[in-house]
Amino acid sequence: MNTLPSIMLLGDIRDLLDAVVLARGEDMGMKIERAYCADLMSDVLAFSISNSLLITGLTNTQVIRTAEVATIKAIVFIQNKRPDIQTISLADEKKIPLLVTDLSMFDTCGLLFEKGLRSCSGLEF
Amino acid sequence: MGSTEGVFFLTGKDFKNAGSASSSLKGILEGMGIPPAIIRRVAIASFEAEMNTIIYAVAGMINYCITPEMITIRIQDMGPGIEDIELAMKEGYSTAPDYIREMGFGSGMGLPNIKRNADTLTVNSIIGEGTTVEFIINLAPGE
Repeated sequence: MNTLPSIMLLGDIRDLLDAVVLARGEDMGMKIERAYCADLMSDVLAFSISNSLLITGLTNTQVIRTAEVATIKAIVFIQNKRPDIQTISLADEKKIPLLVTDLSMFDTCGLLFEKGLRSCSGLEF
Repeated sequence: MGSTEGVFFLTGKDFKNAGSASSSLKGILEGMGIPPAIIRRVAIASFEAEMNTIIYAVAGMINYCITPEMITIRIQDMGPGIEDIELAMKEGYSTAPDYIREMGFGSGMGLPNIKRNADTLTVNSIIGEGTTVEFIINLAPGE
């Protein structure tokens, strides 16, 4: 039962979630080791760790600012919530890849967890 | 050894640019070769304070001073002031309106998040005049 957490490539995450890439398509070789999901940006600032993947339903520019200061590597927007052009161009400027999936928050997290991706809490299952 | 100082000006309710001062500050620290883990703490604390100013105040400013020993950030705002600072320091306590919560903020984690990342934090507030938040993050040379 004691399996090591998986490292996933962003491109594999895109395929698994059947996601569309909105920014930084050239970064699909990026390695993702941890993930955090929230719609509260203060929670992201408090509990995420460096270089993790953010899964969220918020699409405003503050999400990109939050990702920038919290050194989040990439963002997945759930339930086909698409950010506006300002948000996308800010992400592009800050070199933060953006993906959008039709899946719900629960299904997105569930699929990634099933593949071995783990949270920022440090807990292993 | 000298110090690097500067200031950013903030406009209340300017959500379009909210976070850009902390983003610039992050860039300055990166340019100075400050360790990434320290930069992350400064940027998170500064961003929370910047958002507080944008959300609650009419205007404000962020002063920064970087010396070889420490980074000092002071955020002064012209806002409503904080009635009960002790209560505002409690995780989850918030007076933010719904439209702020819909933006992902106002969950009562702002000041607690600053405290979490700072080595020292001072909050002074006068009702009807404004709030000054000052925090220090040590650079601890030689450690």
